[in-house]
Amino acid sequence: MVMDAHIPEGPIATKWDNHKFDVKLVNPANKRRFTIIVVGSGLGGASAAASLAELGYRVELHTFHDSPRRAHSIAAQGGINAAKNYHNDGDSVYRLFYDTVKGGDYRAREANVYRLAQVSVDIIDQCVAQGVPFAREYGGLLDNRSFGGAQVSRTFYARGQTGQQLLLGAYQALANQIHLGNVELHHRSEMLDLVTKDGKAVGIVARNLMTGAVTSHSAHAVVLATGGYGNVFFLSTNAKASNVTAIWRAYKKGAYMANPCYTQIHPTCIPASDEFQSKLTLMSESLRNDGRIWVPTDAMDTRSPDQIPDEDRDYFLERRYPAFGNLVPRDVASRAAKREVDAGRGVGPLKNGVYLDFADAINRLGRHVIEERYGNLFQMYERITGEDPYVVPMRIYPAVHYTMGGLWVDYDLMSNVPGLYVLGEANFSDHGANRLGASALMQGLADGYFVLPATIGNYLAPQLGEQPVPTDDAVFIEAQQGVEAMTQQLLGVNGTRSVDYFHRELGKIMWDNCGMARSRESLEKAIGEIATLREEFWNDVRVLGEGDTFNQSLEKAGRVADFLEFGELLCRDALHREESCGGHFRVEHQTEDGEALRDDEHFAYVAAWEFTGDHANPGLHKEQLEFEYVHLAQRSYK
Amino acid sequence: MTKVDEAPKARLEKPAHPVPKEARTRPFIVEFYGSAIAKKWLMAITGIMLMGFVFAHMVGNLKVYLGADDLNHYGEWLREMGEPIFPRTVLLWIMRIGLIGAFAVHIVSAAQLTRMNRKARPDKYESPRDYAAANFASRTMRWTGVIVGLFVIFHLLDLTWGATGADWTRGEVYENLVASFQRVPVAIVYILANIALGIHLYHGGWSMFQSLGWNNRKFNDWRRLFAIGFAAIIVVGNVSIPLLVVTGVVD
Amino acid sequence: MKVTLTVWRQAGPAAQGRFETYELDEVSEDMSFLELFDVLNERLIAKGEEPVAFDHDCREGICGSCSMMIDGRPHGPELGTATCQLHMRKFADGAKITVEPWRAGAFPLVRDLVVDRSAFDRIVESGGYITAPTGSAPDGNLILIPKAVADSAMDAAACIGCGACVAACPNSAANLFTAAKVMHLNLLPQGQPERWERVTNMVDTMEQFFGSCTNHGECEAACPKEISIDFIALMNRDYIKAQFKQRRLASQRG
Repeated sequence: MVMDAHIPEGPIATKWDNHKFDVKLVNPANKRRFTIIVVGSGLGGASAAASLAELGYRVELHTFHDSPRRAHSIAAQGGINAAKNYHNDGDSVYRLFYDTVKGGDYRAREANVYRLAQVSVDIIDQCVAQGVPFAREYGGLLDNRSFGGAQVSRTFYARGQTGQQLLLGAYQALANQIHLGNVELHHRSEMLDLVTKDGKAVGIVARNLMTGAVTSHSAHAVVLATGGYGNVFFLSTNAKASNVTAIWRAYKKGAYMANPCYTQIHPTCIPASDEFQSKLTLMSESLRNDGRIWVPTDAMDTRSPDQIPDEDRDYFLERRYPAFGNLVPRDVASRAAKREVDAGRGVGPLKNGVYLDFADAINRLGRHVIEERYGNLFQMYERITGEDPYVVPMRIYPAVHYTMGGLWVDYDLMSNVPGLYVLGEANFSDHGANRLGASALMQGLADGYFVLPATIGNYLAPQLGEQPVPTDDAVFIEAQQGVEAMTQQLLGVNGTRSVDYFHRELGKIMWDNCGMARSRESLEKAIGEIATLREEFWNDVRVLGEGDTFNQSLEKAGRVADFLEFGELLCRDALHREESCGGHFRVEHQTEDGEALRDDEHFAYVAAWEFTGDHANPGLHKEQLEFEYVHLAQRSYK
Repeated sequence: MTKVDEAPKARLEKPAHPVPKEARTRPFIVEFYGSAIAKKWLMAITGIMLMGFVFAHMVGNLKVYLGADDLNHYGEWLREMGEPIFPRTVLLWIMRIGLIGAFAVHIVSAAQLTRMNRKARPDKYESPRDYAAANFASRTMRWTGVIVGLFVIFHLLDLTWGATGADWTRGEVYENLVASFQRVPVAIVYILANIALGIHLYHGGWSMFQSLGWNNRKFNDWRRLFAIGFAAIIVVGNVSIPLLVVTGVVD
Repeated sequence: MKVTLTVWRQAGPAAQGRFETYELDEVSEDMSFLELFDVLNERLIAKGEEPVAFDHDCREGICGSCSMMIDGRPHGPELGTATCQLHMRKFADGAKITVEPWRAGAFPLVRDLVVDRSAFDRIVESGGYITAPTGSAPDGNLILIPKAVADSAMDAAACIGCGACVAACPNSAANLFTAAKVMHLNLLPQGQPERWERVTNMVDTMEQFFGSCTNHGECEAACPKEISIDFIALMNRDYIKAQFKQRRLASQRG
């Protein structure tokens, strides 16, 4: 089936305005007659819940955290892009649009990206009005920096805690609406199933994590803003609880999963130190503005880094990409580092990193300047590794960071299941095969503040007067029984191995075979191994305790069970995509000098996978991507 | 252990929409006093009044070193203070009433806040705490406060009403003082009580700036120095008198 | 290295709690304190005992989930560090470490080391926002904010809401948390219209749940983001002013 994204007609610059005029509206007085469930309280979920409630809709918000403010958006460090052109350096909506499509390696939907660039300017205004303490110039104006390879300064930031400040802004707007009674907050409440009736999304089943109570919640529409699935690799920069469960269970209820193989590997993370490593910590990409990346030329070089003279160092990014140097996009920088480590030139006790060296910058600018720019990051590095980066170069290595794939959505952010909307990292829409730095925050807030509130009326307006499906309807009872059965099943295996064991094993399979470099052979191997591991999980997992209490093992078990299924789909998608693009690198498809080689003729489409049963292969649907404005070209950062 | 029937969850439910303070019907002062921050503010204000009293009291009493005539003359002046507009002792009584009021507010607020704080942690830590900032003075405010309060009563009985058994004659301040302090146990009580007062002032003299919101990074470091200096002056001045009397330097 | 952990175990809010002692050897110095608990839990599961429940998520010191009282200090001995960023190299080989949950009436215990910190959300809901409905904002650069003011607001806004201040306070007071939330907004020009309502409502809500500040300064020392108690002084001043302010005339300075 060919997917229709319902992209409005007209020139790209006027599509969004035209569409806003065309969508059906719900009369202000009637909005309170609609209930909307929002799952997730990160940038997308919190901003959507707050904005929908401000419009007058009744909103029910579910978060599995103890407070909405703890969603993982909080950990974003670098900044948020907006095409304000405050720096007079030639930025524009069109340039941000162009950079995003190009950075995404031409696998994003043009109309969505253009809209994202358009509303980016409104996001900054909105956040300032909410009191987000963005960095300021001495004259009191907003400060910007260039970020992640962009050649203009369009990134707004709040120290190294931009994600935290933006999330607190959205959370505060949400708190206001909770206070006014427009949003009903369910904290420590995890969505465990999507409920559909006659093909439409009508509610969810959720488990109260404190009491174990499983309850049904009914609404006119369901919004998923549940983040990405990077933890399928076990080690990633995601928070420990980040998971695929909400979108995976929606997938099993009929929503299509799009482009799951697009996973972003972030080049500047602290390498793993031992086998107990539970997660990887990101060091902001902004470090690459002043740090130089190198490895010793001789793999056997055992001298300490400060003893290695320049002629024995290989500044491999500067050598291979003279124009962009250390500032090449994330996927390019990551693969280059992997190549060095694979060749045995890695540094550190486990030889699993490359140096990020600030010695030159410190000599040039003075220690105090570096301290002012990166002080908190250097401190964080020192805490984790016990090494002082002012003296010893940092060691960094790529790690899974962001996932561009997610549930398929149309221009209105509605999935193929009517009434089911998907926002932020949980959808697939705006970043193509690779996301540019400082664009995740932009997308989450664009979706929640500006896109969904404008488009959801189109679905709701015709339903005026209809009551939500009652929670004692057969569809809810069945879904609830399914959830309870799965809980019992997990508790009943009573095997010998912990949930974490399976998660680690899955992560190893995924990272080794479906990480930064993928091949037909490795992917086929991974698919086989995942199936075996999944079987082992259901025969040998040990989940202690009961279902009706606070039980973290049980929570984890459900999530890992889903990862064990989802990982296979990710590999299948990677296997079918016979090209390299952005965060998906197939060793069979590369240029002579080892760069990603796209196949626009055959793969300029979105792969949307349909669930066809537990033991059946998923069905593939395609959304052809048209590039009317940004012309397809090989990315070059030389 | 949290008792089940206390149902701590219930306390976390969303409070009903708070009524804006302006719209509440209770009198302003009751509404104001209802808040812990306002109580602390009042404690700081009354603390300053009491500090002023303690300081003046000490300066006055140091006249003991100038001899009986000077001290007794000062005692008489206190009663005559404000004449002729106030009749004899009236201004003194106004000040005394003000002081009693300040004491009352200071003590009642402290008691109520203590109660609030006890309730705020029904289950104590089961392992020993390792304090990083709280010091001996800050953690013993309640006890040094109680000691000073009891001492004030003793002091009044001793030298204002002559009820502790020493030779006492109204108006003969110097003679009364020397007679009382020559008793070793009484001198020790005075010395210990003033040390407790010093400890109380060490924290209170700094803490009041926080409670009043007098905060400016330019002079924040001086707040601690002020508290140390003030407490030291009071302790040295007040302790010297019983010490020198009991050791026979003053008689 | 080798450590002995003494951990508070309590099956639920109403259950009887107790300390349990566990010996762990082959602990790596590079482990974070939470990874130590991962290892402990793996071991417990292998033995068929229920793992220790503890809150954690981002493990990079920003989400504010972790909440352990380690050897009598919230987040342990290292200043300015959340539990997840505390590494075992800070402990001596053979160390005996005692861990218990935050204790405060407003933070009821859920299980083992997990407490419910919803009271913080109630404080924010009562006024910790600027009413700015989506779409109504003027251009971001129309509001000039001196760099020093933006920096101060950011110092306050850095709060991660972990509750260490309450855990550390001998009175279970939440003044540092509330002051950080109040002053972040009250310092900014955008926060001025609701300034007096905000401080009044947030303080009043805070006092329904928590104890009172007696200026020990313990909160500041425990704060993983090292937020200054100067903000408490500023909040106190705003609160007292707000009580005397004629709000209809509040725009008249002086």
